[in-house]
Amino acid sequence: MSVKVIIPTPLRPYAGKRDSTEVKAGTVGEALGRLTTEFGDLRKHLFTEDGKLRSFVNVYVNDEDIRYLAKENTPTKDGDTISIVPSIAGGSSFFTIVVSTASPQLVIPSVARNLLFALCLLDLHLLAFFCI
Amino acid sequence: MPGAANSAASLSNEEILRYSRHLIMPEVGMDGQLKLKNAKVLLIGTGGLGAPLGLYLAAAGIGRLGLVDFDVVDFTNLQRQVTFGSSDVGKPKTEAARARLSSLNTDIQIDTFETKLTSDNALELFKDFDVIVDGTDNFPTRYLVNDACILLGKPNVYGSIFRFEGQVTVFGMPDGPCYRCLYPEPPPPGLVPSCAEGGVLGVLPGIVGSIQAMETIKLILGSGDSLAGRLLLFDALAMKFRELKLRKNPNCPMCGEHRTINKLIDYYEFCGVRGEEAPAPNVQVPEITPRELKSRLDRGDDLFILDVREPHEFQICNLKGHLIPLGELPRRVHELDSSREIVAHCRSGKRSAEAVDFLRKAGFRKILNLKGGILAWSDEVDPSVPKY
Repeated sequence: MSVKVIIPTPLRPYAGKRDSTEVKAGTVGEALGRLTTEFGDLRKHLFTEDGKLRSFVNVYVNDEDIRYLAKENTPTKDGDTISIVPSIAGGSSFFTIVVSTASPQLVIPSVARNLLFALCLLDLHLLAFFCI
Repeated sequence: MPGAANSAASLSNEEILRYSRHLIMPEVGMDGQLKLKNAKVLLIGTGGLGAPLGLYLAAAGIGRLGLVDFDVVDFTNLQRQVTFGSSDVGKPKTEAARARLSSLNTDIQIDTFETKLTSDNALELFKDFDVIVDGTDNFPTRYLVNDACILLGKPNVYGSIFRFEGQVTVFGMPDGPCYRCLYPEPPPPGLVPSCAEGGVLGVLPGIVGSIQAMETIKLILGSGDSLAGRLLLFDALAMKFRELKLRKNPNCPMCGEHRTINKLIDYYEFCGVRGEEAPAPNVQVPEITPRELKSRLDRGDDLFILDVREPHEFQICNLKGHLIPLGELPRRVHELDSSREIVAHCRSGKRSAEAVDFLRKAGFRKILNLKGGILAWSDEVDPSVPKY
């Protein structure tokens, strides 16, 4: 089933600046899964770390809120439109989570970690502590 | 000035002439115009949304208009807050708005409340008005306005905007949903509003606020189909309007069958925000002031300037730093040399504080945040650098 997913303004920077995309899916959950596979950066904005849709993300199929249908199991058919509707209030949007959820450990390659550890060893406090 | 105590029973000849274009429509007529004259509408916020709201409601002859805003007119407001002029910069917004609106319509009563709306004053402020119109710019106040309206049984004409998108609906109608039905949970704590994403097309609140004014007038007249139960979504760039169904949540703690919230709460705590509207930076990082940076650069110190703003901001003004937008930092951290001393900056110091915190956690030891950002650099070191 080919469904259109409308991407709200606050999320567009994480979806290649697109305002909508087409995905093949039989349910809302499948559609959002494919969306976040195509645009990996969207995942942390839409889902918690344990894979649940964030409770303040509103998702609609056509004009119906999925909370009143079958939530992520809501079936979708050809031509349906899925809308993600964030709460907005002037300059703020909850989707403006940027660096704070990134995990720093992921970005240091081991060579750099060794180098940083070596730099730490030169620190006088650590020298004294290790009695080098 | 119409007295607050008695309902007006008639229109003067002058009023009949002023509102003639309303009166010659059967949908309004004398009865409708009298309803407008006897209506009391409270505007929460006299900014981007409040501007068209105030102007059109005053023009329509709403008999009593209340304006709530604690802010003063800032130069950057003039891009969208069209009730104000250049000569109003520095004045309290309620004062400047009152002057503008009363010059538009000398017949109406304008009450100003130059105060922050809080849980302590909201119920008292709202109780004498018929319709509340929410034109605010932060989540805690949205929840406060909603709850106060539900507790008092007043309709809440809601409008909100973000960059070039808007939402409008009417909450608080007898069998209708409230804000909590739509958004039961506020955004999480630790939210940092991105300064780069805080921009807005000036005319957008003009459109959304005008729709709010229209809905307010329809409510008072009792005509047409209100947006209660419908969420109107507006995309200005695509110039598309869409509509979603808004259902009343039977389990809503505020307006549902079993209410569990019976009084106003601490909304900043509810939204996880302490103190002012802008959350206090939740990172403490080592800092350098603009003056200190300038003297170190003049001395010839080898400092690497990291600019974490967006490319379009770099074009406005820059300190010739190495540009890595904050959102790209995790992917591009390899461009940074941790053996060099790095000074990170952004516009006002918030985003760069996040960057410094992130880099410190990633193992960078020689990294400082430019306190106050490029705005402070312009104030303290080089006034030729434009502020924005």
